[in-house]
Amino acid sequence: MMEAAKPALTIAPRRRLVERLSLTGIDGVMLGAAAGLIAFSIFTLATSTRSEIDGRPLYFVERQSLYAIFGIALMVAISRLDYTRLRDLRLAIYSAMVGSIALVLLVGTAVRGSNRWIDLPFFQFQPSELAKILLCVSLAAFVYERVRRPFGLRQTVSLLALGLAPAALVFLQPDLGTGIVLVAIVLAVLFVAGIPWQHFAAIGAAAALIAGGAYVAGSAADVQFLHGYQQDRLTAFLDPSDDPSDASYQVNQAVIAVGSGQEVGRGNDATQTELLFLPERHTDFIYAVIGERFGFLGAAFVVFLYAVLFWRAIRVMRVSRSFYGTMIAGGVVAMLAFQVIVNVGMNLGLMPVTGITLPLMSYGGSSVLGTFLALGILQSIHADSARGRR
Amino acid sequence: MYLLERPEDIPPRLSNRLNVRIAVLTAVVVAAVAMVLLRLWSLQVLDGAHYRALAQDHGVLDVRVHPPRGEILDRNGKVLVGNRTVMTLELRPSDLPADREKRRAELHRLGNLLGLSQGAIRRRVRETPQYAGYPVVLRQGVDRRLLFYLLENQDRFPGVRVDRTYVRDYKDGSLAAHVLGLVGQVSPHQLTRPGYRNLKPGDVIGQAGVEYTYDSFLRGTAGSQRIQVDALGRPRGQLGSRPARAGDNLRLTLDSGIQEVGEAALRDRGLPGAFVAMNPNTGAILAMGSYPTYDPSFYTRPHTKAQYDAFGGRPGDPLVDRADQGGYPTGSAFKPITATAALEDHLIEPNTIFNDTGSLDIGGLVVHNAGGAANGPIDMSTALKVSSDVYFFDLGLHAEASDKGGQIQDWAHAYGFGQNPDVDLPAAGSGLIPTPAWRDRVYRSHDNPYIDRPWNQGDNVNLAVGQGDVMVTPLQLARAYSALGNGGTLVRPHVGGRIVDVRGRTVERIKPRPKRHLQISDETRSVILGGMERAAMEPGGTSFPVMGGFPFAVAGKTGTAERGEGQEDQSWYGVIAPYRDPKIVVAVTVEHGGFGVESAAPIARAILERYFHLSAGGASGSAAASAGGVE
Repeated sequence: MMEAAKPALTIAPRRRLVERLSLTGIDGVMLGAAAGLIAFSIFTLATSTRSEIDGRPLYFVERQSLYAIFGIALMVAISRLDYTRLRDLRLAIYSAMVGSIALVLLVGTAVRGSNRWIDLPFFQFQPSELAKILLCVSLAAFVYERVRRPFGLRQTVSLLALGLAPAALVFLQPDLGTGIVLVAIVLAVLFVAGIPWQHFAAIGAAAALIAGGAYVAGSAADVQFLHGYQQDRLTAFLDPSDDPSDASYQVNQAVIAVGSGQEVGRGNDATQTELLFLPERHTDFIYAVIGERFGFLGAAFVVFLYAVLFWRAIRVMRVSRSFYGTMIAGGVVAMLAFQVIVNVGMNLGLMPVTGITLPLMSYGGSSVLGTFLALGILQSIHADSARGRR
Repeated sequence: MYLLERPEDIPPRLSNRLNVRIAVLTAVVVAAVAMVLLRLWSLQVLDGAHYRALAQDHGVLDVRVHPPRGEILDRNGKVLVGNRTVMTLELRPSDLPADREKRRAELHRLGNLLGLSQGAIRRRVRETPQYAGYPVVLRQGVDRRLLFYLLENQDRFPGVRVDRTYVRDYKDGSLAAHVLGLVGQVSPHQLTRPGYRNLKPGDVIGQAGVEYTYDSFLRGTAGSQRIQVDALGRPRGQLGSRPARAGDNLRLTLDSGIQEVGEAALRDRGLPGAFVAMNPNTGAILAMGSYPTYDPSFYTRPHTKAQYDAFGGRPGDPLVDRADQGGYPTGSAFKPITATAALEDHLIEPNTIFNDTGSLDIGGLVVHNAGGAANGPIDMSTALKVSSDVYFFDLGLHAEASDKGGQIQDWAHAYGFGQNPDVDLPAAGSGLIPTPAWRDRVYRSHDNPYIDRPWNQGDNVNLAVGQGDVMVTPLQLARAYSALGNGGTLVRPHVGGRIVDVRGRTVERIKPRPKRHLQISDETRSVILGGMERAAMEPGGTSFPVMGGFPFAVAGKTGTAERGEGQEDQSWYGVIAPYRDPKIVVAVTVEHGGFGVESAAPIARAILERYFHLSAGGASGSAAASAGGVE
């Protein structure tokens, strides 16, 4: 009688693998969604940017892959740290963030008429991408210090000022898109912090008043607050035209591209985004490329991956052991969701052209690394709560 | 305030108010995602067909921006082929209005502008040699008034286009025309081939000569311009453009000075012929010409089919490059090959003496020396010097004639005869070295026993002196003599030197590796080269009348091949210079030129004099001494 030795059924090796990679407490679903998005991004770049740069068909693919690898490693590394320590560093973080944005204003490289980059030896670094997560972390820490007392109007105003200062600097670069994202982050953090509804109403009213007043006063005094192209973009959204030199033209082209993708996409017949209709098709308009190439199937799948990411981020808000973590997560949710909705909305003709990138999809090192950094902090909050449950 | 109810370490989920805020945030996100999905659904699924139609018909014109083609320069950087721009007026018949009356009206309007009748335009379209569906050039050099009028009124002239195009500019007329080659529109057939995949109908590519061989470098990359047009086809704005990238320049190994001298000497002789001057050590071709020749600029101007055919069909077949496509029997210029076979395969020894009585009886057929001379008892060296046919007839009798061919055929093949010369020109001929098997193959196709001519010893005798079915191109002879001169290396001849980009940086050096190395003993070489040197430099040598006064020793061999009853002989000359340390090999052939020394040798001498910077006919010692320094 021969009986083969049965291998012992055990899940031990799997657990050891998780431990060996020191992935304990990592939210696998969030990691999967993020990895899926960046993989889709690389795939899209591989299929649609072959002829972008003469003789270097894989230029964008290689670089984006490199950013993805660094980004995921960065995320895992950050998740191993104790995020609550950041609270003590809030002043340093805040000053570094404001300082770096100010530095860009002084020494940055102008790309298409706007100072957003700092030239590092190996890399053009865009501090405003990093500023988003740093603002989440530091503003939440400042709020946290005042969390025991009820919010008075003075507190709200001072926190608002603290949050809007870097946003204002970013507007000056001028980078309209990132500035708006920063404002959204500030509002989200304050909202989660629990400032009274009345204060929100007041903020809204003040904003409307200032904008309206500025517009009226500006047109009366013939002063332009927005750069010409910014104004073009915003007004063009309200009144689209066929003029190719016009900003709304890009949106029209993007909408035609997405629509022409139909259910399953045009694959390699995708001409709308492939030819020269859409500038920035590897960055701001990558979603239109996906829509045209892969159709509703691909475009909706991307939205699905984002939805999963949002869900897991919101879940982090709920499971966080500390209110500090909840506020950070709230800021990150706002940052990711706002960027995704505005960028995708722009590609679908729902939103004006603002130059906001699509996190993990748009080509670009600063954007990819900044997003993974934010996800790393979420993972750290998640890991901390997992430790608490055990 | 929930914040007061909650100490910091208590999980926030306990706070009601926070729950509400998170729920609101979640609701906003869910609503936004839902909005995006709905919009996506509406765009792609509900209205997808509409947008697909928009994407496919855009009111957009893609204009291909043609790059300037790379220039072709000689070895010293002198431009041989450049570009000039011309405004051309093109008519694409398929884009004319479908309605007969409208088409007639448009042709009438166009005719008035151009001063042509409607019938003349139609005739022009019909008679232009052009692929179906390709545009026909009606006029080159459109003046500004006409240009602006047509641009202003484009909607009234569908199918008519005025375009700035690049046209080849041949700086020296017909100089080196055969080597340079021609450009032409890519054919529909070519478009299906892998190397031409990125091209579009109407693109101009190299179709002959080095234009063809190095086309991928010279061609450049077309750019594009997207132009938004309104319903009437008028440009309304530029959407974007990708600039065209100019082609790389091609630097040839040709020296235009030598080329000019060679072509002039051949032209002065007035008979069809060709020459090749080559560096025997590298295979770099210094000059290569064929007569009669043609002016390639003919093809840059509009012409009719009849003109096209007449141009190519002129007497003397001017389009044929006799230097690498013309195969002729070489006559005695073949003897160095026979001599190599005889010495290397030990049919004879270098000092073997044959008694040249002036004629030889081959099984009843008596063959004579050319001119009937009797040279008496001579060795190999002298036989080469005086070009004794009887001596080489004897060698032919000694050689085997097996199916594959005997020693002579083997060595001829080793020297590159009967084979593709591996030159970087597209249409080079292989020539022919007849073997018994070849003879059987050719005549097997005929059933007529009277035509059947099995190989016999007489054929071997004929082959030994380069007569009969032998076909050799001047390029092949230059290559074989180069191998003899350089110690046995069979080079790959080339006219391409290097590829240089527009900024002057060398992209690629063209240095083909030698084809093979022949095992020829030094003794054999020195006997043969010595015989050839005596032929050129010693009184009584076959080319002494032409080369005798040359300031330093060269090794040369004449050839005089019979071309049949009533035809003048084919004249050949091959020369290696200087004799000891070869720098240049020249091969010349002249159809109906008579004795080699009469027609071919003077042309070769002119080329050598130009190469070594000697004044014609004179000898300057210093020039000769410095000759070693010339590349």
